[in-house]
Amino acid sequence: MVSEVQKNNNAILRVERLSMKFGGLIAINDLNFEAKRGAITALIGPNGAGKTTVFNCITGFYKPTEGMLTMTRQNGEEYLLERMADFVITKKAKVARTFQNIRLFSGLTVLENLLVAQHNPLMLSSGYTILGLLGFPTYKKAAADAIEKARFWLEKINLVDRADDPAGDLPYGAQRRLEIARAMCTEPELLCLDEPAAGLNARESAELNKLLLDIRDETGTSILLIEHDMSVVMEISDHVVVLEYGTKISDGTPDSVKNDPKVIAAYLGVEDEEIVEMLEQAEAAGVDDLTAAVDLMSSEAIHELEETHPDAAAVSLVTTGPARPAKPAAAKKQSVAKLARTTASTATGTSEAKPAAKKTPVKAAPAKAEPAKPVATRPAAPKKAAPAAAAPAAAKKPAPKAPAKAAASASQIKAGATANALAAPRGGKADRLIDIKGIGPVNERKLNEHGIFHFDQIASWKKADVIAAEAYLAFDGRIAREDWIGQAKAMAKASQKKPAPKKSGGAE
Amino acid sequence: MADVQTSNPESNFAKAVKEGLVAAALALGLFLLIVGFRTDQNIRNELVLNQRWGLLAIFVLVAGIGRFLLTAYVTPWNAARALSKRTVAAKEAKEQSAFRKSFPKIGLALLFVYPFLVIGTLALYNGSMMGGLQGSLKYVDNFGIQILIYVMLAWGLNIVIGLAGLLDLGYVAFYAVGAYSYALLSSHFGLSFWLLLPMAGIFAALWGIVLGFPVLRLRGDYLAIVTLAFGEIIRLVLINWTVVTKGTFGISGIAKATLFGIPFTPGPGGFANLLGLPNSGVYYKIFLYYLILLLALLTAWVTIRLRRMPIGRAWEALREDEIACRSLGINTTTTKLTAFATGAMFGGFAGSFFAARQGFVSPESFVFLESAIILAIVVLGGMGSLVGIAIAAAVMIGGTELLRELEFLKHIFGNDFTPELYRMLLFGLAMIVVMVWKPRGFVGNREPSAFLHKRKLVSSEFTKEGHG
Repeated sequence: MVSEVQKNNNAILRVERLSMKFGGLIAINDLNFEAKRGAITALIGPNGAGKTTVFNCITGFYKPTEGMLTMTRQNGEEYLLERMADFVITKKAKVARTFQNIRLFSGLTVLENLLVAQHNPLMLSSGYTILGLLGFPTYKKAAADAIEKARFWLEKINLVDRADDPAGDLPYGAQRRLEIARAMCTEPELLCLDEPAAGLNARESAELNKLLLDIRDETGTSILLIEHDMSVVMEISDHVVVLEYGTKISDGTPDSVKNDPKVIAAYLGVEDEEIVEMLEQAEAAGVDDLTAAVDLMSSEAIHELEETHPDAAAVSLVTTGPARPAKPAAAKKQSVAKLARTTASTATGTSEAKPAAKKTPVKAAPAKAEPAKPVATRPAAPKKAAPAAAAPAAAKKPAPKAPAKAAASASQIKAGATANALAAPRGGKADRLIDIKGIGPVNERKLNEHGIFHFDQIASWKKADVIAAEAYLAFDGRIAREDWIGQAKAMAKASQKKPAPKKSGGAE
Repeated sequence: MADVQTSNPESNFAKAVKEGLVAAALALGLFLLIVGFRTDQNIRNELVLNQRWGLLAIFVLVAGIGRFLLTAYVTPWNAARALSKRTVAAKEAKEQSAFRKSFPKIGLALLFVYPFLVIGTLALYNGSMMGGLQGSLKYVDNFGIQILIYVMLAWGLNIVIGLAGLLDLGYVAFYAVGAYSYALLSSHFGLSFWLLLPMAGIFAALWGIVLGFPVLRLRGDYLAIVTLAFGEIIRLVLINWTVVTKGTFGISGIAKATLFGIPFTPGPGGFANLLGLPNSGVYYKIFLYYLILLLALLTAWVTIRLRRMPIGRAWEALREDEIACRSLGINTTTTKLTAFATGAMFGGFAGSFFAARQGFVSPESFVFLESAIILAIVVLGGMGSLVGIAIAAAVMIGGTELLRELEFLKHIFGNDFTPELYRMLLFGLAMIVVMVWKPRGFVGNREPSAFLHKRKLVSSEFTKEGHG
């Protein structure tokens, strides 16, 4: 590890194998990148790509599930950020951050906001309050210095005149700048900015660019930046990392990233006019079913790609689109929603990225022969992502009411289950297995866990099934001794005689 | 609008008279049967009808004259004020701030001469020095000391709630810790007040940290509930740990404070004897008055100084936004604990003073109502503002004490009317009125702790109350 450090000693922050999971959701998956010292590194990606999560991991607001975050300070000290508390990261590792939704101390004045940021050095010079309380001169001097430093930053962000106004009274753009100045007052070596240009107009955005370049050049602070505004990203960043679904899809200079087909695909999918067109066509064709709309759209997209690029590679890649498994309706709706969102994000995409995208998307994909992410499979991708486990489970079930839930429980069926195990009770309602003599609540739960919900399932058990069931119920011979199968047969018959209360969801 | 008022004030007057008469008539119609007659049983169990024309007349007159005054004077005055505010807002603001600036100094000077002012006035009134001394007992003790204790408690709680934004409903627990620390240590070990005063503060601060630890992660309502429970636990321990605290009987015969070794006892060696003054209990009360005044001022001084320290700014920043605080490298754990401990320490000081003043402590004095009153004072005064809180304490505590003096109410409502019983009713009413009139308390504006060009007050609309 030491040799590795020496190898990349111009990297201020190394993110290695970073993963963050929230329950079942994987927000970041095995992410690796580096931020270079004295450079502006931009972290971009579509909405929900996990950029802010990366920030929260770096600044200690989340503890990453896995991975290593190494911060190397100018003096050579190394800090493993994933092991430190959030405030220690700012204090010792000198990483400061701003927030996506501005978090100023709105009731304190602008000046006070900057003084709060200098809490730690002031605390030290005030002898942890005690010396300061007694009026020692060291604190008075430190306090005066702190105000001078605040004035320096206020001049930088052009807010000296408003120093004594409450921070909450400032206009939005000024609040953004103040937040950056406040972070800079902690004397960071790495400044993490979460969408600093969000909500700024063109002029303010240009001012921000100047400020950030200023910070980099004059203080030598490295900047890590999340941004949607491509004019900011492309203009000032030295290095761009692109995330999608928690993984890195591209990494390099702004120009190389701009022309990376994977990035274009991630941001744009297919060209936006095409999507709009398709949606219109679907409407015109009177397709009221969402599923049909998706089918139409995806086949259209494929068709178009085939037309423009009749080379075999692209076609073979694309055919995964129409050959979809029978999916639950929910998944389809989801995919439509996803498609619509892609359209929206494309529409808000920036002017700089767009022209490049328009030229490249269809051409670039087969040319670069990237089988993983061909452009046209983009609309189909969510379909593939539709729970794979759900497909077989759904196929077995006669009437799946809640496919998503079934998928979850299907994956929960434990190993060693009997042959006729079900993913979920038919009609969503299990029989009262405890009616069989010998089955108690505990065993019933165990059976349910192994996919046994109905009397007729037990009734149809073969010898091998009995052995399997006894294995997980952890008793032998009892099933035969107590004649569960016989009992179950009787019960199944009895319940069939009744006008199928289970299927209508009726209770006993 | 102003034209109408200035050009024909007479029509305004006539209108007021008319409206007053209408209001009086309405009140008469409304109250004639409700107030004017009263059914009663006489000694032979017969139903008799009492006529209460006097009371009815009071109701009608109040309604009529009230309406007349409102229309004739209050409404035009309000309108004129609003108008002048709009036109010469800047000028008026300047005048107001000048008054505000000198207000604390005037108040402070008044507080220092208050006992002598009272004695002097009463001596003149009664015509003898002794009469002045004895008569002043009530004003110095019931009003002066009582109010100042609450001022000090509220200033202490202000650090926790007003600055750090941590809603503490169990503040009285620290008051109890201070009081019992002094009561027990002085009666068991015979330690002096001056030694035990700081010790009581330290004990209370330790308890503040003990409370602080478990509630660090809690915010808002949850924090309030846990602190409330903490206050009750302390009280219940005091009631049930009879071996040490003597339970509900309380601890009596607690040693009095001395003026650096000079006791306030009659006879040789006592304060009055040494100075050759006539014997009176009032010297001790005056001594206690100055003692609590100095303790309260110590609280204020420390609060003012702390606000200009990094820790004080961190408290206020914590109130505004805890996450932003952590992103700036502020250890919120220690910041919260210091707020709890500092607030508790002043509660402990006040507690030991209380024990020395009363000579008797029992768990009865530390019920939740006390916490609620202190909290109400902080909220009414305006969170974070020392002057506002002092005014609120004077109004709330002085007001309730004043109710005992309102003997004339008996002449109106009859002899069985006891004004003290309406204390809490009026208390609640006052709170509602103030909260409607000034939602952020008497002084809602926040004074910044540092300035670059000019000290401007921060309007209450920007400050937050804190959420945990």
